[in-house]
Amino acid sequence: MSIWDKLLGRREPTSREVARERLQLVLVHDRAKISPQLLQTLKDEIIAVISRHVDIDREGVEVTFTRSRRQSRLVANIPLQGSRQRRK
Amino acid sequence: MAARILTITSGKGGVGKTTATANLGAALALQGQRVVTIDADIGLRNLDVVMGLENRIVYDLVDVVEGRCRLRQAMIRDKRLSELYLLPAAQTRDKTAVSPEDMVRLTDQLRPEFDFVIIDSPAGIERGFKNAIAPADEILIITTPEVSAVRDADRIIGLVEAEEKDTTYLIINRLRPDMIRREDMLATSDVVELLAIDLIGIVPEDEHIIISTNRGRPVALDNNSPAGQAFRNIARRVIGEDVPFMVIRENPSLMDRLARLVRGR
Ligand SMILES: Nc1ncnc2c1ncn2[C@@H]1O[C@H](COP(=O)(O)OP(=O)(O)O)[C@@H](O)[C@H]1O
Ligand SMILES: [Mg+2]
Repeated sequence: MSIWDKLLGRREPTSREVARERLQLVLVHDRAKISPQLLQTLKDEIIAVISRHVDIDREGVEVTFTRSRRQSRLVANIPLQGSRQRRK
Repeated sequence: MAARILTITSGKGGVGKTTATANLGAALALQGQRVVTIDADIGLRNLDVVMGLENRIVYDLVDVVEGRCRLRQAMIRDKRLSELYLLPAAQTRDKTAVSPEDMVRLTDQLRPEFDFVIIDSPAGIERGFKNAIAPADEILIITTPEVSAVRDADRIIGLVEAEEKDTTYLIINRLRPDMIRREDMLATSDVVELLAIDLIGIVPEDEHIIISTNRGRPVALDNNSPAGQAFRNIARRVIGEDVPFMVIRENPSLMDRLARLVRGR
């Protein structure tokens, strides 16, 4: 870290912050037994299924975990392409 | 009144299960409760020395289960307190000498005569752990504020929930206020948030624990020990009193912040 970073108040994360972040990730994967690879597979297949029926913005698709209390939740956020529906 | 059966467990070894069992037992007995502690760590008996009762063992848990003595004959009374007993583990046998059903039967025998049965669980997720949690009404999961211990605690919480035990509480042990202030240790709030179960106690790192273990006299009996105070607080919460948590200052002071700036972190 340079003296400028220090003067500007920038800092490296504390070991507490690093520990918290690492644990967050580890626990999500331990609990759900879902590896990052499996998550990618899920994402690809969700995109494939949904885009058969609706135009979606493939780049914008996000498949993530969230947790509330002791529940892990898989959340898929799928933006529609211009919010127009395909006409069959 | 029927006794409540509390099991103290963790994922990782060495985080303070035996210390917590001895101290919670003593602290509940100080509150006038009738208490039995059970060492379920067969083959690695330890609770006897932490409680200072090792010289008086005649029979053990396995002798009771295998019918060589009556339950009462194996229970050692702690003379410092009016109603505190220890049922020691066998030292020369392994965990398969006792089954989860044996533990349920044995604790059912104790229920009518006591207020609390506290079971010290061995580390790990094998037979010994299953024996320890089988009869539990409530499970106290203990962890230190370290990445590996918290991770293992989370795994145990999952296993405990899979056994349909849904009353679980968290104890965080060996907190160091100085390190928390420097942001070099996970704070209570971090651990509670990550594990998402109800907190029932925080215990600071305390040298009195080593001294008290040397002497075989639980810190809960020592009025000068911060950890002893913490265990007495846990006992009162277990009984149902509303006791505020000890203040372990978690926000860095201005001096800490300056020091960090200078160190570049
Ligand atoms: N709050 C504390 N402060 C200082 N030392 C502690 C504290 N809690 C536990 N210890 C020490 O940590 C070691 C492991 O504790 P123990 O209760 O035997 O763990 P476990 O039964 O989970 O294996 C012991 O040497 C004990 O004295
Ligand atoms: Mg132990």
